[in-house]
Amino acid sequence: MNPVISLDAVTFAYGETPAVRDITLDVEAGEFLGLIGPNGSGKTTLLHLMLGLHTPDSGRVELFGEPVDAFDDGHRIGYVSQESTSQAGSMPVTVRENVTMGRFAHVGHARLTAHDHETVDDALDTVGITKLADRRMSALSGGQRQRAYIARAIASEADLLALDEPTVGVDAESRDAFYQLLDDLNAEGITIILIEHDIGVVTDRASRIACINTELFHHGDTESFVDSDALADAYGVSGRVVHHDH
Amino acid sequence: MATDTDASDTSDPGDASGAADASDATDQRPTGLSGRLRTRNTARETAELVGIGLVGLLAAFMLGFILLYWFREFPYVELLYTEFRIAGRLLDGVLGTNVFKHPFMWQSLSTGVLIGIVAPLVGSFLVHRQMALIGETLAHAAFAGVAISLVFNSLTGWDGSILVGALVIGVLGALIVQWLADRTDTYGDVPIAIMLSGSFALGTLLISAGRGQTNFSIESLLYGSIAVVTPDGTRLMGLLSVVVVLAVAVNYKQLLFITFDEQAARVAQLPVDRYNTLLVVMTAVVVVGAMQVLGVILVAAMLVVPVAAASQVARSFRETVYLSILFGQAAVLAGFAVSVSLSLPAGGSIVMAAIGIYLAAIGLSKSSVTAISTH
Repeated sequence: MNPVISLDAVTFAYGETPAVRDITLDVEAGEFLGLIGPNGSGKTTLLHLMLGLHTPDSGRVELFGEPVDAFDDGHRIGYVSQESTSQAGSMPVTVRENVTMGRFAHVGHARLTAHDHETVDDALDTVGITKLADRRMSALSGGQRQRAYIARAIASEADLLALDEPTVGVDAESRDAFYQLLDDLNAEGITIILIEHDIGVVTDRASRIACINTELFHHGDTESFVDSDALADAYGVSGRVVHHDH
Repeated sequence: MATDTDASDTSDPGDASGAADASDATDQRPTGLSGRLRTRNTARETAELVGIGLVGLLAAFMLGFILLYWFREFPYVELLYTEFRIAGRLLDGVLGTNVFKHPFMWQSLSTGVLIGIVAPLVGSFLVHRQMALIGETLAHAAFAGVAISLVFNSLTGWDGSILVGALVIGVLGALIVQWLADRTDTYGDVPIAIMLSGSFALGTLLISAGRGQTNFSIESLLYGSIAVVTPDGTRLMGLLSVVVVLAVAVNYKQLLFITFDEQAARVAQLPVDRYNTLLVVMTAVVVVGAMQVLGVILVAAMLVVPVAAASQVARSFRETVYLSILFGQAAVLAGFAVSVSLSLPAGGSIVMAAIGIYLAAIGLSKSSVTAISTH
């Protein structure tokens, strides 16, 4: 089976400033990949390259076995950007309207069917926000908002969930519940890529870890990462992973 | 439809779990606080839909007038048009006005009614993409287009509609704005400000250079006037309105997605750049149609103010669109009434009416403070 994402010697720069250099890695179906690195290390840029939001200066990106610029099965990816996490926004969009957007890649210009509405109801139910369906997104707490975005990905029947620091500004209790939800979705076979600044969370949850700082310092299973010096190398300081409970 | 307004309902409004349970049960009679809330919501939705239906009928009537006036010299149509004129005189007689017997008033009114629909409709997406200033910029580009048309007509002796020139330059301006946005990854305010003032400067230079060769009233185009609406302009507005409403109806979902979460829409493989271009071009089209009545300087207000008012009180995006159109239409009709009865400029009257509605919406909105401070 093809990897969900395949990067081959990918390099990208903003003008003269290199953001990502010569990164090669595959993300296999069903994986929970934690993407970590210091601030400004190119994590978000790498995720954008994986999803086709940036075009690499050199190297190849494949999504579900297809070159990223030829990939057109958009509904297979659920993406929660950093902006959607941190900004409430004043646009009066309800939770249900947001989750329904997950069906748009399926229906195109056609009308939404009863099946589409059922799928949206089921997605709201799965993440436990049915009662909030008619609230404006801007009226939700950070944790509830994250669930709404995950519900959108579920409604689109995504195989891959890409999350860029989804729990910034979310209280610890909601965070734990949110990561439990990710675990459950991963157990159902959804591939997850998570950018997260809290390395403890990543080593607790992810099955594999990619640690970058412009270049790839480590890519492998979580145990091998914890035992390696990749963290110190990438962050440029001496440090080691300490497990802790929230 | 939920109809629970029974005063004998004794369930405790403070019982949050009871209220939540009732809201979960979709097929039982709603009870308690949530039931009463839902009744009110359903009544509100019904009122909005009736309002939109009435606006639709009004627009259909106005489009009917445009067609009637256009083809008034054809057999049968001529008869119908004569009947229409008689009805207009009768209406004036009943209301004690001197308005409805004049075809030019109907032209202005039909243009205004259509503006009251299409400007807030397109504005609903523009405002929430934080592109409110684009309308202002494209209005000034269209002004340059008018000036270029006037000079072109006087040099070549061609008698083409200056609005078509404005439309061409306005759409060209829209494509340039979009190109700049793509190049800089943002609708940056510096290139937009340069384009806004640059096209206005070009327009004033061309008009000054061509002064004396045309009797065209620039003031009426700057400030808007009921009298400036031409049969050509009315037809153009009618045609453009139908095109814009259809384009939004067909692309509503996609426009909503890119407005709310552009990056996720890109990941979902929507051709975001194409929809951005569509939105900017629709803005140019609306602005050119609307600047006849509202004037270059005020035209952007109809893209923004009704939407800002609706966003204060709406509970969903769909409701924002409905309320924007209702508020826009109310502003146009109230503005026309003031303009005609007090002989004031139409553009200023309509925009002041819209701002009045906006202030009322702020008063009604519980979240007014946050809504004003964010945009």
